[in-house]
Amino acid sequence: MTDPIAPPPKKNPQKPQAVPLSPPAARSRAALGLSAAAAEARFALQHCAECGAVQYPPRDACHGCLSTDLRWRDTDPAGTLIAETTVRTSPNLYFRRAAPWRTGTVRLDVGVSVVAHVHGDCEKGGRVRLINRLDRAGQGVLMALPEGETPNMADDPELRELTCDPKHRRVLLTDARQANAPALAKALLDAGASVVFVGEAETWRPYPQRETLAAMEGVQLLPLDVTDTSSVVELAGEIGGKVDILVNNARFVRPGGILSRGDVGFAQREMDVNAFGLMRLAQAFGPGMRARGADGVNNAVAWVNILSVHALASDPAYGGFNASQAAALSAAQTLRAELRPGGVRVATLFVGPTEDDWHQDVPPPKVLPKALARSLVQGLRDGTEEIWCGDVAQDLRDRLRQDPKVVERQVSEGGA
Amino acid sequence: MRTPQSYDGVVIAAPFSTPYTRYSTETAHHWLARGLKGALDAAGLRKEDVDGLSVASFTLFPDTPVGLTQHLGFTPRWLDSIPMGGASGVVALRRAARAVQAGDADIVACVAGDTNQIDSFRKLLSSFSRFAMDAAYPYGYGGPNAMFALLTDRYMTEYGATREDFGRICVAQRDNALRYPNAVMKKPLTLDDYLAARPIADPIALFDCVMPCAGAEAFLVMTEDEAAKRGLPAARISSTIERHNAFPDDPMQLRGGWEMDRDTLWSCAGCGPEDMDLVQTYDDYPVISMLQFEDLGFCDKGAAPEYLRNKDLTVTGDLPHNTSGGQLSAGQAGAGGGFIGLVEAIRQVTQTAGPTQVAEARKALVSGFGMINYDRGLCSGAAVIEGAA
Repeated sequence: MTDPIAPPPKKNPQKPQAVPLSPPAARSRAALGLSAAAAEARFALQHCAECGAVQYPPRDACHGCLSTDLRWRDTDPAGTLIAETTVRTSPNLYFRRAAPWRTGTVRLDVGVSVVAHVHGDCEKGGRVRLINRLDRAGQGVLMALPEGETPNMADDPELRELTCDPKHRRVLLTDARQANAPALAKALLDAGASVVFVGEAETWRPYPQRETLAAMEGVQLLPLDVTDTSSVVELAGEIGGKVDILVNNARFVRPGGILSRGDVGFAQREMDVNAFGLMRLAQAFGPGMRARGADGVNNAVAWVNILSVHALASDPAYGGFNASQAAALSAAQTLRAELRPGGVRVATLFVGPTEDDWHQDVPPPKVLPKALARSLVQGLRDGTEEIWCGDVAQDLRDRLRQDPKVVERQVSEGGA
Repeated sequence: MRTPQSYDGVVIAAPFSTPYTRYSTETAHHWLARGLKGALDAAGLRKEDVDGLSVASFTLFPDTPVGLTQHLGFTPRWLDSIPMGGASGVVALRRAARAVQAGDADIVACVAGDTNQIDSFRKLLSSFSRFAMDAAYPYGYGGPNAMFALLTDRYMTEYGATREDFGRICVAQRDNALRYPNAVMKKPLTLDDYLAARPIADPIALFDCVMPCAGAEAFLVMTEDEAAKRGLPAARISSTIERHNAFPDDPMQLRGGWEMDRDTLWSCAGCGPEDMDLVQTYDDYPVISMLQFEDLGFCDKGAAPEYLRNKDLTVTGDLPHNTSGGQLSAGQAGAGGGFIGLVEAIRQVTQTAGPTQVAEARKALVSGFGMINYDRGLCSGAAVIEGAA
């Protein structure tokens, strides 16, 4: 049984902070397929398209028939833990600090042997299931878990290194004015976050959910306007050293394409909030988070941007807004690379049309705040880089994998 | 499969081992040069007399054996590079022997060695193989220690071996090392010391692991006539085998390629395990020595713990094993670890082993094992050699 993680003690400012270290990050091109699947928490292995042989470690040609047509496919993760060891010393600094570290050999039912991280609740010789997750280097790694759930399972120290679980962590949610703010804050607190700082722009201007937010235990409302650099810098000065998870839900959206608008007024505002706002937040909070990647139980672990799935294929009815979403997505890719040395994960929560005043004439299915909050927490617990919330987002994801050009045409013709 | 031809007319001579050092500021070139010079001096040969060169080394980068010919001033008409780690000795031998037999070379100098600068082991690990990079290092980065820990764990579970069983191998080798002037480990080791040692990767503890160090090993392969003409003590090659990536479908490595080829080995040698006066196994981690005793026919699969419990593995015992202390006690000089058993066996069967000499040693089995590419060693080899009657 896993011991529950205790809340972290108050930080002693006189003690040197643990510097972030990474497990080995080098991978062959083939092995990056595992990381790509881990970005969505999928357990996938290469399968030979000609003879069906399952491959591991990742290869460039089939060990069974020499075909070079190998494809990553979701694979049965069931197997048996046939050997184990506890590594007590390592020339690698990350594992040296993290030791003792349990690893083992899992014989999968599909007939390959896998060296994997091993959850403390797995029994040698027992049945296990493998998961594929991103590690602190941002690369896909496999870990053996017990077949079923066990008490405090997520608190296993090796597993926690692979996730961004909100438990005992402090979250900054950037925009209290979004209708989704109370649902997101509640879900994070329910998941064990110790505090949720909620940024509030134009504090003098009333908004409907303020009372609800202010009444939630664990929520702190703080002034933050992502379009105002000095406001962002000021807040970072105040709480930058204790933001472990940053959820950027700031959003400015108006319907309209390019020609229908006639000027770039709304577009500038969309860019300012949605893309430049992200950059301002990154410049103010990013360096501190990157430095705090190994800061104990409540280390900095994740940065989540909530973006429209139409960042990937623009719906012309919201063409101006979607351009800002695409800009934010691109900026987030850079941020992902820049935060990686600290082990801080940058995730995108892709969302379909939301149930709000600015999407009145969009047909359902639409995403409710509760569903968004559920996806957010699940994504953090899985440590994924890409989270797809709602039927529209998931459908678009699947179709984009088949043919992005076809999707562009379909979406531009009003096909969602 | 056809039966291999004999190695009639070819012999091995001039075994030479440099002293090892734990760390060295020198390069692989330095150590290989010392190994070659030692073998040539032992044979009374000049560099120019050598027309074949076989090199095994991990730390020559950015050079290869090609660059080494110019660096060291050799002009060979036959050149070989053996990237097989612990199997490099047996493989270098069998290739060189065929070259000499066929007339492609008259005298082949075989050398293996590496330097060990402060950070070389870490560097070697980080670029050892693609599968290791993709599928081993990210999981605790225990290097070979962790992979052998898994194999040892599996072997213990499957066959009921105990840490004492492994410990006895290590303790006997330390006994042997105390006689061997070049051994790095010079402190006596008891079974209690072994059992109480610092854990490295369970069930592997400190004395299950070899110590990486710097050094080189070398020998010469030539015709029987050439050796006789020069009055060199020489050993004949009775039989050799080599195999790579054996039993790829085994879930874990509980047997090596020897099992596929041992019938060939013994039938060509015209003798059996019981005829061996000494055995040199590849011993990075004692569990691998057990696999070799089993797979080479000394006992049944899984019976090595019991078999070895009743044997005395020291120089004066009834089954002298790794008589110079092996890598566990003499040290592992990189690819030199693939040569150490063979070079010592040549000394033994030519009665030139000095303080480690096994009385009346005539026939020796030398076994090699190399290259943990991912979860198992891929190369295996073995040779039976024999001194003049």
